[in-house]
Amino acid sequence: MKKAIHYINQFFAGVGGEDKAHFEPELREGKVGPGLALDSVLDAEITHTVICGDNFMGEKTDEAVSRIIDMLKSLEFDIFLAGPAFQAGRYGVACGTIAKAVQEEFGVPVVSSMHIENPGVEMFKKDLYILKGGASAAQTKKDTAAMANVANKLLQGEAVGTAEAEGYFPRGIREQVFLEEPVSAARRGVDMLIKKLAGEPFETELPIPAKDMVDIAPPIKDLSKARIAIVNTGGIVPVDNPDRIQSASATRWGRYDISEMDRLQSGEYKTIHAGFDPAAADADPNVIVPLDVMKEMEKEGVYGSLHPYFYSTVGTGTTQAEAERMGKEMLEKLQEDEVDGVILVST
Amino acid sequence: MPIVQMANLVPVAMTVGSNKIVPTISIPYPLGDPATPKDEQHKLRYNRVKAALEALTADVKEQTVFPVK
Repeated sequence: MKKAIHYINQFFAGVGGEDKAHFEPELREGKVGPGLALDSVLDAEITHTVICGDNFMGEKTDEAVSRIIDMLKSLEFDIFLAGPAFQAGRYGVACGTIAKAVQEEFGVPVVSSMHIENPGVEMFKKDLYILKGGASAAQTKKDTAAMANVANKLLQGEAVGTAEAEGYFPRGIREQVFLEEPVSAARRGVDMLIKKLAGEPFETELPIPAKDMVDIAPPIKDLSKARIAIVNTGGIVPVDNPDRIQSASATRWGRYDISEMDRLQSGEYKTIHAGFDPAAADADPNVIVPLDVMKEMEKEGVYGSLHPYFYSTVGTGTTQAEAERMGKEMLEKLQEDEVDGVILVST
Repeated sequence: MPIVQMANLVPVAMTVGSNKIVPTISIPYPLGDPATPKDEQHKLRYNRVKAALEALTADVKEQTVFPVK
């Protein structure tokens, strides 16, 4: 009988709720909580369950992953399953984090399930099979069945179907298939175009993600009275990177006091962005955060006043979901200070 | 909150839905080419940032890339 290991959080293990979110990683024999439902449809036996508090995994990720990997080293298992996490964001991110690490460390297939709005989806859909899950634990039976469907194929070494067919989030993996009736790409493309021109429905072979448009904010009426703030995604930070912003796939941002300086000095500020050669920005951080000219224009009266902080994160590999969250958090600070407009410099 | 994005990869900014865009000159040094004299860099930075400030006051109805001198 094949063997499976299941990862769940403190809540689904019945350990506790938010009060136990710092629960340290623990290995238990057998199945726990939703593991029962999962085991009943899986062509493998859940021999062990890993339980970890969502906050512990979120705040002490490296330690949590390292300890769990160590727990698993002495075990034999053919597959690793995490969740289902439904809409629980920290849980979804935890499932993705540990599943990805296990896959990398042990080379076993991993499967999870999350609701589309779970930030774990955007962060990990390319790394593992994440089944499209329901919004709450009421969907446990459905979600575990969907996980088992894909897991069983992986266990048997059978080909897993397309994302659409099997119900997982597209992983961005393109595979060449030979059509039963050979039709050239040129012919297929023209057929789609003919349908499109005729207003008939057609199915694209390459869906481009829909653009998420934001309403254009009302313009500033009087620039000479306006309070302006500088934000950048070029990773400009004080040289000690006090907020430990990540050089890629950032989830953290910081803001830095510029009220007492006329420009950013090299050696005091630098870039931590991993996506380009830092030499120019390290030699003159003003090429990304144009503090010098902003201070000049403030003195000249081009605009009213400069918000006393510049805001920073790193834009490379940062997920849309994380960027959105960080933007909202920055906005709160800007609104507190009655900022009227923002200049965002990207690299 | 009105916002202007200063970016080098204008098609990317357009694709992700930025409404007001002012082009910069490169990825690693958006507002100042280190191969040029300091005063030239300063002039470029001043002009482009000023364009961005003015763009904050522009009443546009669709995504707009603001020209720079």
